[in-house]
Amino acid sequence: MDPKLLGENNMRFMVMVKANKDSEAGVMPSEKLLAEMGKYNEELVKAGVLLAAEGLQPSSKGARVRFSGSKRTVIDGPFTETKELIAGFWILQARSKAEVIEWVKRCPNPMEGESEIEIRQVFEAEDFGAEFTPELRAQEDRIREEIAKKK
Amino acid sequence: MTATDTHQAIDAVWRIEAPKVIAGLARLVRDIGLAEDLAQDALVAALEQWPSDGVPRNPGAWLMAAAKNRAVDQLRRKTLLERKHQELGYEIETAQALAAPDLVSALDDDVGDDLLRLIFTACHPILPTEARVALTLRLLGGLTTTEIARAFLVPEPTIAQRIVRAKRTLAQEHVAFELPRGADRSARLSSVLEVIYLIFNEGYSATAGGDWMRPALCEDALRLGRVLAELTPREPEVHGLVALMEIQASRAKARVGPGGEPILLFDQNRALWDRLLIRRGLAALERADGFGPRGPYALQAAIAACHARARTPEETNWTEIVRLYADLARLIPSPVVELNRAVAVGMASGPAAGLELVDRLLSEPALEQYHLLSSVRGDLLARLGRRDEARAEFERAASLTRNARERDLLLGRARGESGDRGEKNDRR
Repeated sequence: MDPKLLGENNMRFMVMVKANKDSEAGVMPSEKLLAEMGKYNEELVKAGVLLAAEGLQPSSKGARVRFSGSKRTVIDGPFTETKELIAGFWILQARSKAEVIEWVKRCPNPMEGESEIEIRQVFEAEDFGAEFTPELRAQEDRIREEIAKKK
Repeated sequence: MTATDTHQAIDAVWRIEAPKVIAGLARLVRDIGLAEDLAQDALVAALEQWPSDGVPRNPGAWLMAAAKNRAVDQLRRKTLLERKHQELGYEIETAQALAAPDLVSALDDDVGDDLLRLIFTACHPILPTEARVALTLRLLGGLTTTEIARAFLVPEPTIAQRIVRAKRTLAQEHVAFELPRGADRSARLSSVLEVIYLIFNEGYSATAGGDWMRPALCEDALRLGRVLAELTPREPEVHGLVALMEIQASRAKARVGPGGEPILLFDQNRALWDRLLIRRGLAALERADGFGPRGPYALQAAIAACHARARTPEETNWTEIVRLYADLARLIPSPVVELNRAVAVGMASGPAAGLELVDRLLSEPALEQYHLLSSVRGDLLARLGRRDEARAEFERAASLTRNARERDLLLGRARGESGDRGEKNDRR
């Protein structure tokens, strides 16, 4: 396959809205913001770029599992480093990162005051390049198959 | 922002805005060729100004305004030159419409209808199919002529010429930039769906060349389909087509091996199927089903959904698939549908029953050169243990396909049926 063609078009991005004090406190967005966000999401759908979107509950309702060697420790939320937490995400399909940036610039400010939206590209198998040999790929396929069987 | 960043941003803005700008202009100047030229001029202006001035806050409106100014200039010049022109009245009217101050906001309101007009016009049945495809990708997909040429493995001047000719035909035949109504609408919509599915299929199973798939085209078709589904939310077959494409695209990663070779449905690693696309496809099918009996695209989507729901090949509900193909054969009777039904029957009731149906198709002139008839027949014969006949059919199929990867696969199957190594035929 022409990797250029693949790379050009087959791109998915996770677009994450960072949490803030309000979202972590479970404060619901204003009606105005909900309406604006609804309109924005509609634009994304109309343009055929939105694959999925979800809002996340505050971290107080979540948990973490910490790994240390073979030890696992469960830590219940809430978590303190608010700015590093995620309050919601979109999965967008676009032809380039620049296109996603253009879309995100059009998003209404998701929070009152300061906020940040982070754009990350989703890995495709092709991205692993030469490191991802046919053997490794076959191994991963076998693992996935095992998982599928157990479901 | 560096110059490269700005250029990438302009490119991105163009991808997002071009169809809307062209559609809005086309309604005003009533000529999609002229509309595209004006939009291109606006793009050139953006390339000159934005790197120094920065990307404007509302880039779509900026492009529209720039294009509109050029349109007004051109029309004024033309009106002065052609005072006695019979279309004078209309042109002045257009000039006034273009000069209206609330134009941009008016365009925003109508942008959906304009886009739909553009789709219907680009897919007008007056144009040859390949011209419809090129024009649609260019005007609605935001693809350049170079990109279209590369995607279809056709020399660039060929595509450029197709587009120029198509625009000329639309102008010469005075094709109105309108939404088709009444009885005309469903035929025109069929043409649109046909173009989108053709683009998808060219990407999904390339008819020519060395690659089994060209996923970029699948993505373009899916995007067009999703856009159309929002523009015509009450058209069940649009949702049916989107469902079909989403579910088929969900298998994209599983149907190509590491060396680029095709992997057939039953040999695919189903863990690689894209669950997100399957979910979207099933949701689109549900939307289509909300409108009553299924049309041909929704039926094909329902068949694809049967496979998507089966976690292993053994779980496939073949009885349901046979029923769906029977429905499809009633709606669009064709030897190809009949061939597919035969495959399903071969699975539901055994290879002998399938072969009986396939053999009835051997005299079909339409299938005489169709490699899949031989390939299916070969498969059924192999399952019946008639290996020599199976090998001959696979070889024949290999000689008929134009796709190099598929040829390798078929020759491989032919080799599998030769000799007496006593290899088990692991075909279900």
